[in-house]
Amino acid sequence: MKNDNIIEINNLNKWYGDFHVLKDINFEVKKGEIIVICGPSGSGKSTLIRCINYLEQFQEGTIVVDGIEVINDIKKIKALREDVAMVFQHFNLFPHLSILDNLTLSPIWVKKKPKKEAKKTAMKFLERVGIAEQAEKYPNQLSGGQQQRVAIARSLCKNPSIMLFDEPTSALDPEMVSEVLDVMIELAQEGRTMICVTHEMGFAKKVADRVIFMDEGQIVEENTPNNFFDNPESDRLKLFLDQILSH
Amino acid sequence: MAVYEQKAVKKAPSNSKGVIHWLKSNLFSTPLNVAMTLLGLAILFWIIPPFVQWAYTDANFSGETRSDCTGDGACWVFVKMKLDLFMYGFYPQEELWRLKSVLGLFVVQLFAFKFFKSIKHKFISFSIYLIIAFILINGGIFGLEIVPTDKWGGLMLTIVVAVVGIVFSFPIGIIVAFGRASNLPIIRSVCVTYIEFIRGVPLITILFMSSVILPLFFPEGITFDKLLRALIGITLFQAAYVAEIIRGGLQSISTGQYEAADAIGLSYWQKMLLVILPQALKVAIPNLVGAFISLFQDTTLVLIIGLFDLLAMVRITAADSTWLGMETEGYVFVTIVFWAFCYGMSRYSNKLEKQFNTNLK
Repeated sequence: MKNDNIIEINNLNKWYGDFHVLKDINFEVKKGEIIVICGPSGSGKSTLIRCINYLEQFQEGTIVVDGIEVINDIKKIKALREDVAMVFQHFNLFPHLSILDNLTLSPIWVKKKPKKEAKKTAMKFLERVGIAEQAEKYPNQLSGGQQQRVAIARSLCKNPSIMLFDEPTSALDPEMVSEVLDVMIELAQEGRTMICVTHEMGFAKKVADRVIFMDEGQIVEENTPNNFFDNPESDRLKLFLDQILSH
Repeated sequence: MAVYEQKAVKKAPSNSKGVIHWLKSNLFSTPLNVAMTLLGLAILFWIIPPFVQWAYTDANFSGETRSDCTGDGACWVFVKMKLDLFMYGFYPQEELWRLKSVLGLFVVQLFAFKFFKSIKHKFISFSIYLIIAFILINGGIFGLEIVPTDKWGGLMLTIVVAVVGIVFSFPIGIIVAFGRASNLPIIRSVCVTYIEFIRGVPLITILFMSSVILPLFFPEGITFDKLLRALIGITLFQAAYVAEIIRGGLQSISTGQYEAADAIGLSYWQKMLLVILPQALKVAIPNLVGAFISLFQDTTLVLIIGLFDLLAMVRITAADSTWLGMETEGYVFVTIVFWAFCYGMSRYSNKLEKQFNTNLK
């Protein structure tokens, strides 16, 4: 097949007012690829993945996701968001709904599935992330790690072909990071396309196909995980790695 | 370095709880507090015994006419004899059973609320109740004689005005609040103009406008019921305040909630109604109930456009030549009725807040 790219980003430019946050971003993701994006804060990495499911609008360039062009069109955005799931840094579970209701909300209202079926699917995913016994509780009764696993289960409920992770472990206590990463590693091994903004080097080395380094709104370096960490080419990446690994 | 053993769990010291501790820490903690406590007690002793003596010990309960009031205390015979007027205004005597059945059905409705668990069922049963109540009060179908609104009065009118104001201002307020938070400039500016216009005008003015000025714009011959005009005025007035309170609630919701709702594919209305509004309302409950309580009290203003609510009924019955000088009893009665309703609403709001609290560990 000539084109097996599931995501194609061409000359993407975005400004916040006069501030140029994304500069001529060009990159493709193949079906089933695991991409890790890292870089200093303010480098535009979160903004980039938020453009992919249109949580952020952009002024120039094109993004095509699984054949859907990302433009301001209700039908296209709806189709896009059924296909692309997102896990947030701060989990963003709905605090007024039980864990189970958090998971079934989208299947019941967006996909119009019967309640019973939606609940069954939701329980299946809760079991997979290891919190089926908490289904009747409310988000605030769970630990951060558990909440993030619920958020992952919630995004799995619509069976997305692409999953975006926006610093999923940055808001967690250190002892809870691994339980979330374990779930993500399992997902990665299933062959789902994933783009993760994260600084978890262990995760990147273990499952990533490519690691992308961004700085000041542009992609600075793109490399295999091993070369990325052991033989970085650009000076800026060397400096960055020095800073995050030096202690 | 050292390793420490795990400590056992101990009970909290007993002097940190109990009545004595509560008194000590709340009423007698500082010299100023001691003084305030004693002053408070003195005021209570000064007010309560004479009031009890007037309202109960020396009061007259039995009898039918003014001459039966022989004691020095309150003459509750007045309230007893005029109770129907206070409750129902000039509603025809032979039709009073209709109002009483509305009241009876309300009790049934309360049980239905306990019985129905889902909000949808509660909403449907309450809507049906309101429709039946309207038919019973107003009449016009099923062989019920129409009772014109100028015969409505007393507590019943107060409740009609308050309930209509609350029930209709609530959804309008929600929509206006959404509009004000909208990204669409035209919708937003229409909503802002509406809110700012209404909030800049006192309720009395709005009542005057709806009863005096509004009819000037209608073609000659077309008249609108006076009560209906007042109800529309009050509803539009209250909706602006409800909208602002709900906007406050909306602002307390983090952008993460909007984004998460977008990301799982909900449409705008699904997002607002399923995710944002329930959380915003929870935050807004205390202020909403506060606004509804003040609406309940503001219903007394309908007097100035010639509608006779509970307070107005007391005022005109006390002007009755056989019962001159009975205002005090009447106003005490009104005070108790208003207090009971407002306190009830306030308790209900506490209950709702607890019910919706999902932050408990």
